[in-house]
Amino acid sequence: ENTKIRVKPDHSGVVTDGVKHSMNPFCEIAVEEAVKLKEKKLIKEVVAVSCGPTQVTETIRTALAMGCDRGIHVEVSGKDYEAMGPLQISKIFAALAKKEEASLIILGKQAIDDDCNQTGQMTAALLDWPQGTFASEVTIDGEKVKVVREIDGGLETIKISMPAVLTADLRLNTPRYATLPNIMKAKKKKIANMKPADLGVDMVSRVEVLRVDEPPTRLAGVKVETVDDLVAKLRANGTI
Amino acid sequence: MVVILEALGLCVSGCRSLSSLAELPEMHQMMRQTCRDYADRELGPIAGKLDKEHLFPGQQVRELGAMGVMAVEVPEELGGAGMDYLAYSLAVEEISRGCGSTGCVVSVNNSLYIGPILKFGTQKQKEQWITPFTTGEKVGCFALSEPGNGSDAGAASTLARQEGEEWVLNGTKAWITNSWDASATVIFATTDKSLKHKGISAFLVPMPHPGLSLGKKEDKLGIRATSTANLILEDCRIPLGNMLGPRGSGFKIAMQTLDSGRIGIASQALGIAQAALDCAADYAHKRTAFGNPIGKLQAIQFKLADMAVAVESARLLTWKAAMLKDAKKPFTKEAAMAKLAASEAATFCGHQSIQVLGGMGYVTDMPAERHYRDARITEIYEGTSEIQRLVIAGQLLKEYAP
Repeated sequence: ENTKIRVKPDHSGVVTDGVKHSMNPFCEIAVEEAVKLKEKKLIKEVVAVSCGPTQVTETIRTALAMGCDRGIHVEVSGKDYEAMGPLQISKIFAALAKKEEASLIILGKQAIDDDCNQTGQMTAALLDWPQGTFASEVTIDGEKVKVVREIDGGLETIKISMPAVLTADLRLNTPRYATLPNIMKAKKKKIANMKPADLGVDMVSRVEVLRVDEPPTRLAGVKVETVDDLVAKLRANGTI
Repeated sequence: MVVILEALGLCVSGCRSLSSLAELPEMHQMMRQTCRDYADRELGPIAGKLDKEHLFPGQQVRELGAMGVMAVEVPEELGGAGMDYLAYSLAVEEISRGCGSTGCVVSVNNSLYIGPILKFGTQKQKEQWITPFTTGEKVGCFALSEPGNGSDAGAASTLARQEGEEWVLNGTKAWITNSWDASATVIFATTDKSLKHKGISAFLVPMPHPGLSLGKKEDKLGIRATSTANLILEDCRIPLGNMLGPRGSGFKIAMQTLDSGRIGIASQALGIAQAALDCAADYAHKRTAFGNPIGKLQAIQFKLADMAVAVESARLLTWKAAMLKDAKKPFTKEAAMAKLAASEAATFCGHQSIQVLGGMGYVTDMPAERHYRDARITEIYEGTSEIQRLVIAGQLLKEYAP
């Protein structure tokens, strides 16, 4: 959690080797919401899905320990994994949603490594499903879902029909700690393994990362005595 | 040598991925992670306050109960997590790393209270005295020591006499952890004075109960969020069915309970030692002196290295003792070694951590001074370091007996 982020020497990305990966915090909130809906008997089954290399199964197992029924690991590794972005992931999720006949897809609003905030929206568009993004409250009412969304102006309440895509925002819930008995039960739950090709998804990226740089080092501040000094300094460095 | 190799071989068969000792099994890793997350987020931020104000972490104990941490080894049918002692050791270590006092409460409830009932209780006793204590709503305590005898446990002067369908207990127990917060106790009293230590029996007493009162809370150096006090018994009457195990087996029950309890305390000590090491290592990166972070100085590096070796070696001893217990092999010697090594590692790391922090280590702004104080008790309770050495030597000499 407190790892220092380092840019690779060739500026092609961030160093991920040897860095411990854990579930994206917004995705934890999404998992929690799904498990809560199941506990309220409003949905029948929760399937935890993740795309990536082998280590990803640890994260799926954590989701199982939180209460999901089964998992699907879509294996993507090597160059495909490095190039994988929201578009490829959305295609995978859309294909899986059709295959599993899902009525709801709940994701974190964004991943905290790339901050894209696109996967939920793209998945809904690919499926032509309604979307309730930045959800801080979700209520299922028959075949419809009432979603309270956090927007810049405040809170917006919408009602959408299922099947639908929801993305979880910070205040939707507080994720539970995996209990020891549930960790034991998670051992017996199944994680299916498949490749994007099995779902008919092409992983070619339409985006090319040109360069990754660290943010500029923050310069020390300068203290001034009077407002006149401040104005003079701002003029001198071209700010005003 | 043959004995050691044999033991290692049995460990391997009991827990296959430990053959390389490089990685714990996946389930144990997940369990360790969930406890670590809980300790970091819920215990770390309040540990200072709990210590300063001597507050029992009631809410946290309930949350830990909901997670299954208050009854790790108890089978699921009785309300526990149904895991093994290695998992328990990991849980106590991670919880103690967040808060040494909370780790103590977890350890006492699991090993000292639930432990003997699980091993020696009847099915009815288990349902009555274990199940309500798995949720964190109730905690138990263990009453062996008396004002007149700690290490000399065989000299119990608390007496139990039978009167009709009741046992009547009289005497005083001292240094009882969790006393003021407990809802029941496993207590040891002499039923047959002439049989000396073979005349001690174990009893289950609910708390509060007529005839049982509590002395004042001790004002301790460390683990201040736990309550420690005397238990005073004055014609305390309990049904005959409250005897635990056969009459006269109390001493045996106490000793076997302490064997397992030692793994719990070793784990608590490891958590405190690790917290002290974490504090010092972090400080070594941040504090600069003579133009560089102090971590660049060999004097600091040697301290950190010695601390790390002390913790890791004690940890492996603790895991080995836990694995032997899980494989149902004898583990008395290893448990004593683990408790001895871990408690001495905790006091060493606590001491050196303050040294690395310098002046900052001496004030309550940093947790180093709390780790130093919390660590100290681990060399004393559940068998002093001196007793551990006697246990280890006794076992060793038996192995070498001609």
